[in-house]
Amino acid sequence: MKQSLPTDIVLSAENLTKKFGSFTAVDSISFEVRKGEIFGFLGANGAGKTTAMRMLTGLSNASSGKGTVAGYDINTQSEQIKKTIGYMSQKFALYDDLKVWENIRLFAGIYGVPAKEIAPRTDRLLRQLDFEKERNTLVKSLPLGWKQKLAFSVAIFHEPSIVFLDEPTGGVDPAARRTFWEMIYQAADRGITVFVTTHYMDEAEYCNRVSIMVDGKIEALDTPGNLKKQFNAQSMDEVFHQLARKSTRKAD
Amino acid sequence: MKQFLVFIRKEYYHISRDTWTMVILLLLPIVMLVLFGFMMSTEVKNTKFAIYDPSRDVATQGITNKLAMSTYFSFSGYLDSPDQIEKVFRSGDIGLVVVFGERMYESMMHTGDAQLQLVADGSDPNTASTLTMYATSMIVQYQQELTGDLKIPYRITPEVKFLYNPTLKGSYNFVPGVMGMILMLICAMMTSVSIAREKELGTMEVLLVSPMRPVQIILSKVVPYFFISVINLATILLVSVFVLGMPINGSLCLLIFLSLLFIFVSLALGLLISSAVDKQMVALLVSALVLILPVMMLSGMMFPIENMPAVLRWLSELIPAKWYMIAIKKIMIQGLGFSSVIKEVAVLSAMALLLITASIKRFKYRLE
Amino acid sequence: MLHYLIEKEFKQFFRNTFLPRLVISLPFMAILIFPLVANYDVKNFNLSIVDSDKSPYSGELVRKIESSGYYRITDVSATFDDALKSIERHESDILLEIPVHFEKELVREGKATVLISSNTVNGMKGGLGSAYLSSIVADFNSEIRSELMQVSRGRQVPAIEIVPMYKFNPQLSYKVYMIPAIMIMILALVCGYLPALNIVGEKESGTFEQMNVTPVSKIHFILAKLIPYWVVGFVVLTISFFAAWLFYGFLPVGSFVTLYVFSSLFVLAISGFGLVVSNYASTIQQAIFMIFFFVLTFIFMSGLYTPVASMPEWAQAISAFSPLKYIIMVFRLVYLKGSTVHDLLVPFAALSGFAIFFNSWAIMSYHKKN
Repeated sequence: MKQSLPTDIVLSAENLTKKFGSFTAVDSISFEVRKGEIFGFLGANGAGKTTAMRMLTGLSNASSGKGTVAGYDINTQSEQIKKTIGYMSQKFALYDDLKVWENIRLFAGIYGVPAKEIAPRTDRLLRQLDFEKERNTLVKSLPLGWKQKLAFSVAIFHEPSIVFLDEPTGGVDPAARRTFWEMIYQAADRGITVFVTTHYMDEAEYCNRVSIMVDGKIEALDTPGNLKKQFNAQSMDEVFHQLARKSTRKAD
Repeated sequence: MKQFLVFIRKEYYHISRDTWTMVILLLLPIVMLVLFGFMMSTEVKNTKFAIYDPSRDVATQGITNKLAMSTYFSFSGYLDSPDQIEKVFRSGDIGLVVVFGERMYESMMHTGDAQLQLVADGSDPNTASTLTMYATSMIVQYQQELTGDLKIPYRITPEVKFLYNPTLKGSYNFVPGVMGMILMLICAMMTSVSIAREKELGTMEVLLVSPMRPVQIILSKVVPYFFISVINLATILLVSVFVLGMPINGSLCLLIFLSLLFIFVSLALGLLISSAVDKQMVALLVSALVLILPVMMLSGMMFPIENMPAVLRWLSELIPAKWYMIAIKKIMIQGLGFSSVIKEVAVLSAMALLLITASIKRFKYRLE
Repeated sequence: MLHYLIEKEFKQFFRNTFLPRLVISLPFMAILIFPLVANYDVKNFNLSIVDSDKSPYSGELVRKIESSGYYRITDVSATFDDALKSIERHESDILLEIPVHFEKELVREGKATVLISSNTVNGMKGGLGSAYLSSIVADFNSEIRSELMQVSRGRQVPAIEIVPMYKFNPQLSYKVYMIPAIMIMILALVCGYLPALNIVGEKESGTFEQMNVTPVSKIHFILAKLIPYWVVGFVVLTISFFAAWLFYGFLPVGSFVTLYVFSSLFVLAISGFGLVVSNYASTIQQAIFMIFFFVLTFIFMSGLYTPVASMPEWAQAISAFSPLKYIIMVFRLVYLKGSTVHDLLVPFAALSGFAIFFNSWAIMSYHKKN
């Protein structure tokens, strides 16, 4: 059941809070993400990014506050949300012991892509990625960069309205990161909203808008250009360092 | 030396901070010992028996009462016909059916051709033969009481004496086995898994580039487990004696000496395994397959070695726990001295020497 | 959606280098080897003889004992103390002492004694060994008696002839007692512990969380895990039945249908137990420890090789909580005695109870969200 929100808001959070005992991991954050936007979700390790993302994707219950994803309430409709989103974790959790095409088929099937469409769409995807030779390769024997590309393709295979990427480019070389971001742009052009956490500040520059979390709170939220102006900085890196200095929480 | 102590402290922190492992290390021995000690009993008690009795005379009444009064049996009821025997066995809780002949008393006293059938549920062979044995001796006793001592001429009385364990407690046989198994489990499995974990996480490399000598590193991994094993040994002995009522008839010092020797063997085995594997999972599986299973199956703790085929009997000679168990039984239960366990001490010492040399060699080889 | 998940599980299963081989070879290996190891037949006692009489009668008694097939004379000593030494050296298990003037006393005074001392550190073995020996002595006694009575023409002695008979297993073979239990152990491994380890494995590798953000419902996820192992479990069970027939010609007296019906119930219960473990464990190591602990407990409570009836009351009460106890009992009853569902209502109810209990617990402790 869709609620009467402005149609271009895909994701919203209102005073979203998560407490573990006396520790407040996410402290009353509020923001909105618009359709087709690439939204960068930045913060130091331990700032609460992953926890916030887990609440939005329905992996974790919010302690208080509200949120909607694709028009569904995160507190009560998390199962509906799961049908309309894509998710790629730090571990880009594909099945190592399944072949490339088998992973695609599995996740397509889970997300309810009609059986007849799976095979032709798999062919098209493998062609686009230039992966046709690897169709029958076990995922565990792919190089890291390829695994990431495949994981992303699988996460958007069912055309979700929004895809969550949790530090998707960890551990690969700059060239691979570049091609990965090209894929993100293509997805955004198709109208898929991208919600991405990262700690590479050069990647922050690629986003339409970024938010920066410090100690569970959102300390800054704007386009990279505006943020640099606001903090009188040359790069996002500098912006980030100015904010991170305020942190009292130790990174883990 | 100071560095060495630092390393041991680090190891101690690892162990004590992993609550789960700690609980298992300290609690498992006690739980297993109590389980084995009490549950693994083969004593026959209160087995239900049924009677088919067409005579219903003095003799059959007497025998029925005698069986029902004993601690071995409890009376469950009369059958109406022999056809019912199958049926009562099939529901599975009756162990023995006594089938009397007709006019028992009369034929017993006069013609001497009274017949009685003991039908036992043979599915568990040992229980079945124990049951018939007990029932037979009680019926014979009854017969003697009835006829009076003097009437039977030419009587040979066997005087039976049970050495070491007059009440035939099952725990006397199982507890030494459990001791061996627990010590093996903790020393060998835990050591091998903890070293494999350092390898898996890559912290072993870090330790190896430190100024410590490899032997010291290895020792620092072993020492904490040695202490835990000693604590376990103490709890095991306390539980055995005070909860399970095991005696320590021989010398406590000798018992401890042998246990320490066995602990060395187990630690050395753990080291050897860890020098060969790099993954925790593999270390666990290898420990389970190479140590635990053979100890349970082939050490004589559960199943008598003398019944096994020759190949398995030879294999059992290679199992340290077997020698430890034999020695422990001799010391704890039979109360024998050092001279009786020389063979076991020699075998265990040889194993310890061999395993420690082998594992140090392997480690050096792998490290260089 | 379910069939995509099940398809995936089967692919993973057959791609594993270890599991398919394990599943095929385990029943054959276990059923071939385990009964050889787990042979509790009590025979082959080592006997030490102290014959201080050295008369024709004492010699005859020794020969009779030797020909019984249960005893191997491993030591002949001159004195009781020497014989005791041989027990201490583990050269003999039982000691028979025939005192001086045994024959003379028997003939002249009409009674004599022999002394049997057995090493009862292993109570079962020591007890049975001395009991067999006593009964051989009694047999010998009645032979001697009738011999002597014919000479002296005394009157008939009141006597009962006791005829033992062993139902269902007349040869008293230990194998037929163990094999049904081994089948259950294998079934529990395949349907209970392997899926639990599989789920925990997905937790460790992160794919479990990936599944949690998909629309896959928990019931589908769990069913997709269990169904393949159920299928494999029944294949393994069938192989076990086959192996028992192949190696030992061992077939159930009762019907296979009963066995399969009860196995299904048990499989439900044990996989529920596996799920509970997988919900609480976050690493494979923890899961293995938990399974190790509980399985050991279940096994020892189950009466696998020590009869439940021999346990103390409190232990018997606890043993009522081992699902293995009931299914092992059912398998033994059906295999050996041909019991039917009608005879087995108690285990039927108990196993159903376990199935409901473990599965409800599994569902309640499963959190897709935290």
